Amino acid sequence: MRKIAVSRIQELFAAIAAGQTLYLPVDTKAGAKFEQWESGKQLSSALNTVRSAKDFFFPQTENLMDFRVEGKKIEIIDTRRESEDFVLFGVRACDVRSFTVLDRVFLAEPVDTYYKNRREHGLIMSMSCTRPAETCFCGTFGIDAAEPEGDVVCHMTADTLYLDAKTEKGSALLEGLSALTEDCAAEDEAAVERHRELSHERLSKLPLASLSADRFGADKTDEFFNDPAWKSLSEACLGCGTCTFVCPTCQCYDIQDFDTGHGVKRFRCWDSCMYSDFTKMSAGQPRLTQLERFRQRFMHKLVYYPTNNDGLFSCVGCGRCLSKCPIQMNIVKVMKQLGGKQND
Amino acid sequence: MQVTEYKPLIVAFCCNWCSYAGADLAGNNRLSYPADVKIIRVPCSCRVNPMFILRAFQRGADGVILCGCHPGDCHYTTGNYYTRRRMALLFSMLDYLGIERERTRVEWVSAAEGAKFAATMNDFVAQVAALGENKRLEDLRCKK
Amino acid sequence: MQEITREAILARAAELFRDGTVDRALGWRAGEFDYDVTPGVFTSAEELENGFVWNDFCGANFSKYLIRETGLTEKKVLVFLKPCDTYSFNQLLTEHRFAREKVYAVGVPCAGMADPRLLRERFDGVTAAESAEGGVLVHTLYDGDVTLPQEELLADRCRNCKSRKHVAYDELLGSDGEVLDSHRFDEVERLERMTPDERFAFWQNELSRCIRCNACRDVCPACTCEKCVFDNPASGAANKAPSSSFEEQMFHIIRAFHVAGRCTDCGECSRVCPQHIPLHLLNRKFIRDIDRFYGEYQAGAEVGSRAPIVDYTEGDIEPGQAVEGGARHA
Repeated sequence: MRKIAVSRIQELFAAIAAGQTLYLPVDTKAGAKFEQWESGKQLSSALNTVRSAKDFFFPQTENLMDFRVEGKKIEIIDTRRESEDFVLFGVRACDVRSFTVLDRVFLAEPVDTYYKNRREHGLIMSMSCTRPAETCFCGTFGIDAAEPEGDVVCHMTADTLYLDAKTEKGSALLEGLSALTEDCAAEDEAAVERHRELSHERLSKLPLASLSADRFGADKTDEFFNDPAWKSLSEACLGCGTCTFVCPTCQCYDIQDFDTGHGVKRFRCWDSCMYSDFTKMSAGQPRLTQLERFRQRFMHKLVYYPTNNDGLFSCVGCGRCLSKCPIQMNIVKVMKQLGGKQND
Repeated sequence: MQVTEYKPLIVAFCCNWCSYAGADLAGNNRLSYPADVKIIRVPCSCRVNPMFILRAFQRGADGVILCGCHPGDCHYTTGNYYTRRRMALLFSMLDYLGIERERTRVEWVSAAEGAKFAATMNDFVAQVAALGENKRLEDLRCKK
Repeated sequence: MQEITREAILARAAELFRDGTVDRALGWRAGEFDYDVTPGVFTSAEELENGFVWNDFCGANFSKYLIRETGLTEKKVLVFLKPCDTYSFNQLLTEHRFAREKVYAVGVPCAGMADPRLLRERFDGVTAAESAEGGVLVHTLYDGDVTLPQEELLADRCRNCKSRKHVAYDELLGSDGEVLDSHRFDEVERLERMTPDERFAFWQNELSRCIRCNACRDVCPACTCEKCVFDNPASGAANKAPSSSFEEQMFHIIRAFHVAGRCTDCGECSRVCPQHIPLHLLNRKFIRDIDRFYGEYQAGAEVGSRAPIVDYTEGDIEPGQAVEGGARHA
């Protein structure tokens, strides 16, 4: 483990940014947001960013390829570019786990090369949480906010930033920063441990700390699919895509062609199972009512995804849907309604 | 100073009954107006949905002009009255968003006003040319 | 603190269920915290007793839900309407979106609703917020318990409330207010006074955050088309595409245009925007222009009024003059 004084954090950012593009959460009028670091940009003190970090690997919209039409000839143009190396600093434990959830979708055969390209060029410097929000419930899914995953795990106390490399990529980055950072002694390990304890203590006192996902998981489709609670849960749903778009693990997309007048641009964009035209085929839409669409989203997070992915839930408890849903309906309310007594 | 000739692309929506006939008359009388004015014939000026105007800008227009019968002379009696209200609100909104107000215009041109049609187009083309290319409502995908 | 208590509302609702006037009620359902209130359908007085909440966070406007609910019952639907909600209610009636006789509307006075965002911006980890002596008592994880005057938490739309008067109801609980001389157009006029370059920069900054979740459209009581143009893949604007700023500009211009003359300025669009885009400033621009060009008009003030955009006079302002008026007037 290495360390650097918090007062010198701008020097650290400058050193990282010298080698690759550095993104970190900064405060904006509309909340914290990942932005490219440039001299003077301060790290946000917000609990988490408004939008998740998935945008860096799975952007809301991207061009896949172009077709140029000339007479009867159609030329196919590959618009892919080798991604440049970049570092994401200050990613919270929930968002880091979301990359695992996305990996299982995009890196499974057939591999999504657009995603893979970005994933390979990105390095994650995660940050442990000391001030989790009232909407946080990552512990429900076995995530430890005090000890996130990532290439380099950071712990920030009042005066010191500790950097702990967990992967080869992370070690290589820290080696490059060795002139700036110091080695840690036993008392530093103790300081980090105290930091973790503080974090754990706060996590245990969160309003949603006792929320359990035990009743959900792989192969529970029959148990929940026809539950009458879906009706009252979904009745106010507006069918907007807010929850899916702020969600770090939602990964549905649509591919469309845009006619430019002199060719075609094929693009991919986020889609939402909450939309009335989602997965619309020539035969129509498979889920005709908002109740079905609503159920699909939560069943996918809590049952279908775990069924296909060794029990891994595709919710990471970041709490963004709790704060952003226009009608304040969210996965916590769903789990409490469906989860029976243990979640009362 | 080297002056490169810039030719703006203009889309003119013309109603079938008055303004399109006015354009025809301009042609018959050999009155000239720039060839960069692309006319789209519509049954009535009120057929023009605000999205048509935005789409024209998206697809590369530098200015959009909408021509219809004079108020009171609409082939469908009242169509152009509605056009007038819609476009007043739309143009004001575009201005509110900071888009140059000189890029849009509504002009009433009757079937007998071939000269007015040509003069209007010449004037509008000059006005848009002075602004230069449309940057604020452009869609980069549609650029060649 | 609201004038009418939860108990008073529940007592009246129980009577209406008991005498068979209604068999369902649209009301606010309690959430995890006090401020995450969800609209809900209650089918009995007991359900209301257990889940209904009435506090300073009951901002949601139920008018649009009436379209669906009135179609699901033979009896009437009980709905609680704040003053601003009654304008949407009337507007939907004007557009024949539901049958008036299928609704039992109870007007409830409103002292203005709080914006949960303001709470979150101010404190870290807000776990509860209850009405208390001298304002709202806020419980937080990291900043202790704090009491704030309710005014400091008021949503922007409530700060500039246009009317405390109910324009529609079957019965009113408590007292009725007046149409207010609000300052709701101040911000529009401030933008109009800017140069076009400044306005362009302002809107680019705001609209660039749009994630095209469509929440503004979906919550809007005026957006009740069965099939929205933006849900039609053939429109070429159904999903967010990797374009320049054009996509957002078009979406928001057309969204606002489609409700021009019908928008009652209820402010739901800005309330729900996850990206904090001041969408009501687009709607208010149309309202402002309509007032200036065609005379004062408040959508939903009365049932059956003709919206200015589907009306005309022979001497209407020309589009060219309208633009000049827009900027130079102010």
